[in-house]
Amino acid sequence: MSENAEITKAAVDAVVSDALKLISGATDLASLKAIRSTAVGENSGITKLSSLMGKLPGDKKADAGKLITAARAELNAAFATAEAAFYQAEQNEKLVQESVDVTAAPMTQALGARHPLSLLQDEISDVFIGMGWEIAEGPEVESEWFNFDALNFDADHPARAMQDTFFVEPVEAHLVLRTHTSPVQVRSLLERDLPVYVLCPGRVFRTDELDATHTPVFHQVEGLAVDKGLTMADLKGTLEHFARIMFGPDAKIRLRPSFFPFTEPSAELDVWHPGAKGGARWVEWGGCGMVNPNVLLAAGIDPEVYSGFAFGMGIERTLMFRNDVKDMHDMVEADVRFSKQFGVVL
Amino acid sequence: MRVPLAWLAEFVELPKDSNADSVMAELVKVGLEEEGSHGYGLVGPIVVGQVLEFVEEEQSNGKTIRWCQVRVAPAGKKAGDGGEDVRGIVCGARNFEVNDKVVVTLPGAVLPGDFKIAARSTYGHVSDGMLASARELGLSDDHEGILRLVTLGLDPEVGTDALALLSLDDEAAEVNVTPDRGYCFSIRGIAREYAHATGAKFTDPIDSVKPVHGEGFKVEIKDAAPIRGRVGSTKFVIRSASNINASAPTPAWMLSRLKLAGMRSISIVVDITNYVMLEMGQPIHAYDAAKLQGSITVRRANEKETIVTLDGQTRTLHSEDLVIADASGAIGIAGVMGGESTEVSATTTSVLIESANFDGVSIARSARRHKLPSEASKRFERGVDPRVAEYAAARAIALLEEYAGATADSLGCYLDNSVSQVTVFLPEGFASSLTGVDYTAEEITSTLNEIGCVVATVDGGYEVIVPSWRPDITHKTDLVEEVARITGYDRIPSRLPVAPPGRGLTKTQKLKRAVVNHLAATGHVEVLTYPFLKPEQNSSFFDESVSRVTLANAMQEDVNEMRLSMIPGLIDAAKRNVSRTLTDLSIYEVGLVFKPAQSNADVTLPNGTSLPSAKDLDALHASVPQQPLSLGALFIGNRIAEQVGRKPVRSGYADAIQAARIAFHAVGLELELVQASPLGFHPGRTAELKVRGTDVSVGYAGELHPEVALANDLPRQVGAMEINLEVLFANAPELIQAGSLDTYPAATQDLSLVIDENVPAGQVLEVLAQSAGELLEEIVLVDDYRGSNLEQGKKSLTFALRFRATDRTLTQVEATQARDNAVSAANAKFGATIRA
Repeated sequence: MSENAEITKAAVDAVVSDALKLISGATDLASLKAIRSTAVGENSGITKLSSLMGKLPGDKKADAGKLITAARAELNAAFATAEAAFYQAEQNEKLVQESVDVTAAPMTQALGARHPLSLLQDEISDVFIGMGWEIAEGPEVESEWFNFDALNFDADHPARAMQDTFFVEPVEAHLVLRTHTSPVQVRSLLERDLPVYVLCPGRVFRTDELDATHTPVFHQVEGLAVDKGLTMADLKGTLEHFARIMFGPDAKIRLRPSFFPFTEPSAELDVWHPGAKGGARWVEWGGCGMVNPNVLLAAGIDPEVYSGFAFGMGIERTLMFRNDVKDMHDMVEADVRFSKQFGVVL
Repeated sequence: MRVPLAWLAEFVELPKDSNADSVMAELVKVGLEEEGSHGYGLVGPIVVGQVLEFVEEEQSNGKTIRWCQVRVAPAGKKAGDGGEDVRGIVCGARNFEVNDKVVVTLPGAVLPGDFKIAARSTYGHVSDGMLASARELGLSDDHEGILRLVTLGLDPEVGTDALALLSLDDEAAEVNVTPDRGYCFSIRGIAREYAHATGAKFTDPIDSVKPVHGEGFKVEIKDAAPIRGRVGSTKFVIRSASNINASAPTPAWMLSRLKLAGMRSISIVVDITNYVMLEMGQPIHAYDAAKLQGSITVRRANEKETIVTLDGQTRTLHSEDLVIADASGAIGIAGVMGGESTEVSATTTSVLIESANFDGVSIARSARRHKLPSEASKRFERGVDPRVAEYAAARAIALLEEYAGATADSLGCYLDNSVSQVTVFLPEGFASSLTGVDYTAEEITSTLNEIGCVVATVDGGYEVIVPSWRPDITHKTDLVEEVARITGYDRIPSRLPVAPPGRGLTKTQKLKRAVVNHLAATGHVEVLTYPFLKPEQNSSFFDESVSRVTLANAMQEDVNEMRLSMIPGLIDAAKRNVSRTLTDLSIYEVGLVFKPAQSNADVTLPNGTSLPSAKDLDALHASVPQQPLSLGALFIGNRIAEQVGRKPVRSGYADAIQAARIAFHAVGLELELVQASPLGFHPGRTAELKVRGTDVSVGYAGELHPEVALANDLPRQVGAMEINLEVLFANAPELIQAGSLDTYPAATQDLSLVIDENVPAGQVLEVLAQSAGELLEEIVLVDDYRGSNLEQGKKSLTFALRFRATDRTLTQVEATQARDNAVSAANAKFGATIRA
């Protein structure tokens, strides 16, 4: 540009045209940045033209100013467009570079699991909590009095020998590994105010060798209700509700006469299992009955005023036919694959 | 109880097409659960044959066989299989003579084990059938030779169906008899129950027997020490018979019934006593009258008295044992087992038949004491109908007359001190109030009559005289069960009772769930293990002096302690998983651990039929061991396996401590770690777990002592953790109070302190946190540097601190001031200096 240049439209257009050519030659954001200093920087044509403004007479300034402003606007727009295009291209490239095979996403934490037997106890507990019952627990090493005597097992009655009991040394201390969850019945009646509606899940022990259907350490859930005016109809209604929640709306129950020292009348409980593998059928589920008056007496409750019902079933057995577990070994061997196949739901 | 159907059918009408399954299906309705069926499993043609002639032929293998010609059908008639009337049969046995009648299994017959009989070539002949032994027929274990029918006293026509002849076409239904139904250990009882179940007509077997009271034989009942105030024997009947042929054969039908009932044939006399016991439920004992010395006394055993029982064992008696004695001493343990000295034998010619009633508790204790659960003791323990004794004795004598050629004598005795009838009052409406069924008065009286009660309707209810065979009925609820089961449990309606509003889970139950669920959610796998340990497993973590709960009758003798810790069980679980190539494990278990009670004195159990005194209850509670809830966890192998772009993360002490942190977090507590070296753990990689801000210690987390790990065939590095949840839960907040979430900008500061290597970072952090003032919002340890540019024995700990004020934007000056206060405290306490 010559010293005697003037701010004419032709001069401005020429400067703009030169600058646009430079911009169109840019290859990336970096070269665009270099071009920006050449095309609109201190030594650029447009800057030099605008520096002439000061020397113009007043009446020409307005027109010249408009030309310069328009030119700068055009160039800035051109830069912005180019910059946006390069930015987008670079971002696109970056996204391509960042891409991974998501199907090979690594585990950042192992997946855990609950043991189905303890999970099932929680689920059963929730059924009864939903009915206003409470959950009661007791010790696993138990006094014979709670395990037998208070439950109307006479010291010499064959029913006492019928249970294969683990005894604790010294035997004079009369401690056993509880053979059922029923001692919690007595503890609950002693500890709680009437009426009592409790569910007692827990671990029990009998001297059975481990095989496909037996284990010396297993779990039961026991229900006990003591109130005024309870009958076997209440027992049946409670069990029916329980069965429907566990086995679906088509489940039903059946009672068969039986004997337990702590209930009279007593019954075996069968459940109609609509979802049983191989077709719906009756399955032996547990035992139940009306609380024997002697049990109420042992807890200081007047059987002429209160009556109650109780029921109990095996958790292992329930899991076996509910979730088609085929072998007791799977439930007691602590093989992590057993818990993991269930995760945290049953 | 096994019930041969032909026998049952003598006393109750069975439908024509009955089988064991159909009978069991009826019995289960009244409470006799099915156990299974038992039959001979024989398919005909199996017929009576007669040996016409035989030739003995020595074989190259040294064995001599007989090539027999056997008539299997009357001359000129077709045999049972449609073939010839005389067959050539090869027989290896040589115990028979020409003209003997035998049992021939003809081609087409099937013996147990799917053994099909066919004509087959053997020893150079075609053997067209087989001569059967008693064992092959399932009648006994006798396999000495073939069964000669003459030994059973039989001389049937040739060609007769042997299955019917020997009652081998019968089968037995086996049902489970509950302990309250002693009378169902008899055909009499089962027949009655079958009648209850079906309405079929029942005939009491005692109705067809005429009892005779013998006289002149002296029996004294001298019970000096009745148990629980009950005299050991309340009824004692003796009858006698002479001219007995003790080697007479037991008739085939009786053999078959005994066999199906599960009893072995011994001799005609013993078989008859067993037969009568099975039929009427009354145990019977036969004494060889010639061996008996003087009269009989029923008494408690003398100190150190001994007896040789029928099984040949010499037994030292206990002064509580009830014995039958003669002048020579004890000749039997009453109701349990007889003695050898008066045993009947093949040469016995006269017998005394004892048919007595003994107290169940006394018999139960003797049977248990001498480990002699016999058929007799089983019945006495559960109660034998006292009325049946003289009928059973008469039945036994009649059978001896009929099958052993005996002559009944008048010698005998009859003592009866039985308690008279038991009466129970059943209030009107009580049955309905307990079952929810509206029974009519007619239903109640008729069902109770049906089970043998005598019912009188009185003001306000029913006076019910209980039948003699039902000692279990003592209370009105027992009568309700009878009414309910005879009318059917399916009559009971269904009603859902409404419990009072519940309180939901207790704090402990809620926190336990939070812990187990939180651990599962963070990648841990819950397992369950048995609480039984070997003593040395407990000793890995507890000094020998720590007392344990020990089992008196462990299933494996050396696994006889209850766990003091969850960890040994988890180690066993880990070993099993590792053996199955499951080598990356993060497992946990919540369960009870067992610590012996302080008071280990003898405990006298209070009576179970009334509320014990407060003192007795306290003693009972005190006798029960402490059983705190415990959480254990174990870590082996990789916490995170090798994956695309990632190195495997090996598990160890940090995972154990993290699991503890998770448990603390789950219950709303913060964890404080203190370096520790408890028994069984790695002395340099283990922390004591404390509740932050308290002195409460709840357990340990770190790594197993490598020696413990290696001794269990586990890798050297095993993370392990145990928390006493009872203590943890006790310290958990009842309620968490919310703080304010301040929104003014925070100021952050990094702080590097040089400090002695042996000062635990956790302690430094605690001091900094406590002394930095209220502005400190968070402090985190970000680096532990030990290197060349530090003085020997020093380390540099770097902490990131975040400060925030509740009411203004903090300046860096304020933050720095707070930080400097913290540094001064750390300097004062540990000599820490800011790293240049």
